[in-house]
Amino acid sequence: MRFEHLHASHCESGVMAGLLRPHGMALSEPMAFGLASAIAFAYLPFVRLNGLPLIAYRMPPGAVVRGLDRGLELGMRFETFRSPAAGMARLDALLGEGKAVGLQTSIYWLPYIPPDLRFHFNAHNLIVYGREGDEYLVSDPVAEMPVRCARRDLERARFAKGALAPKGRLYYPTRQPTPGNWQRLGRRALARTAHVMLHTPLPLVGVRGIGWLARTVERLSLRDGGRAASLYIGHIVRMQEEIGTGGAGFRFMYAAFLQQLAARTCYGALEALAARLVEIGDDWQQFAFAAAKMIKRRIALEPPALAARLRAIAVKEKRFFHDLNDTRLAWKS
Amino acid sequence: MRERDVPQEGNATLAGYRKAVYAVGEDGQLRIVASRGSEVEEIVTRQALAELEACAAEARRRALAGLASPLEYHMYRARMDVPMLAQAAGLWRWRVRRHLKPQVFARLPLALKRRYAEALGIAPEALERLE
Repeated sequence: MRFEHLHASHCESGVMAGLLRPHGMALSEPMAFGLASAIAFAYLPFVRLNGLPLIAYRMPPGAVVRGLDRGLELGMRFETFRSPAAGMARLDALLGEGKAVGLQTSIYWLPYIPPDLRFHFNAHNLIVYGREGDEYLVSDPVAEMPVRCARRDLERARFAKGALAPKGRLYYPTRQPTPGNWQRLGRRALARTAHVMLHTPLPLVGVRGIGWLARTVERLSLRDGGRAASLYIGHIVRMQEEIGTGGAGFRFMYAAFLQQLAARTCYGALEALAARLVEIGDDWQQFAFAAAKMIKRRIALEPPALAARLRAIAVKEKRFFHDLNDTRLAWKS
Repeated sequence: MRERDVPQEGNATLAGYRKAVYAVGEDGQLRIVASRGSEVEEIVTRQALAELEACAAEARRRALAGLASPLEYHMYRARMDVPMLAQAAGLWRWRVRRHLKPQVFARLPLALKRRYAEALGIAPEALERLE
């Protein structure tokens, strides 16, 4: 089977864009991301990763697949397995039918990922589109080129244990996607995003979560010479820049979605919003830049200064998502 | 981020891979650009790795001194901590914590050692060694 590899910024939206391509639907990665309303912010101090809180700049894993499934009526089928043998056999059967299959895997056990980036993160997504003997042909959206992965390694990665254990999860569309009414889909997606960012009852999710994170950063103790504070700040930036696509990266990608939606529906007001979101993304990058300089002690380690930056971003994002909602409401059909 | 501002500083932790990022081109449209990575990413990734390596080195020292079991060293070397290893091996945390003691680890049944080795992705014999 011929399969067109897509180099993408984020694994899940890249997988969905790639999976729909053989079905004759040329959906770009930003469109997949935006239509699934996948942008968000969440600060979850009770979920600990190596003793540090979970900070997410997007909806939880699986949101892109499920969001697109709902909007485009793809009839996605999800399967998980108890035994690795059954999971691999099912994958082989699907590949035998000529299907490209999306997989959820751990990133730690994938041999082609650079060793320095292998951490125990169980919600990585990739596409398998073929098999040659004991090697699988893998289209991993975050890699520039298609790669190969040995059966043993893939099995390990699919059946890794721990938080968000994939249990061999695989998924594929069962229906031919119908290019729907872009305006209706777009409006619904914008509504959902505005709702999550502004009106989630839990104050740790959405723009209010950024404020909570700022408060924690402000209170970081420097009593141990700044070791713990420096690790905490580094963790925020790592969640932002290195894991997946990051805070700034997701903002830029969503801006690309707004532009592409504007082009498809001829609704120019979205263009102006895209430009504003690019600015917010730049602010996130500047935050990361300042944080990295503090970690390296090129400038003094001052958590309150970083907290102030976060607060400024929160104010901007709040205004932005309010205007996004107003723009949606003003959208005449 | 403008297209010409996309970081190309060469993040060594990417090992030659290029990341896809979205940046504004000359015409004002966002498009996908391959990035060699930025120094910022490299700093924070290295920081996290250094922390894990420091833990592993410390655990190794303590294992050699007979204060900890080799399991602790292998746990950090696999970039895990106690909750993670407990989940991966399917054991309760207090049991894993107990197995970090050298006296307890020495009397561990082979089946449990196999289970740890499987979770850590190493051979059961390698679990006893400190290389």
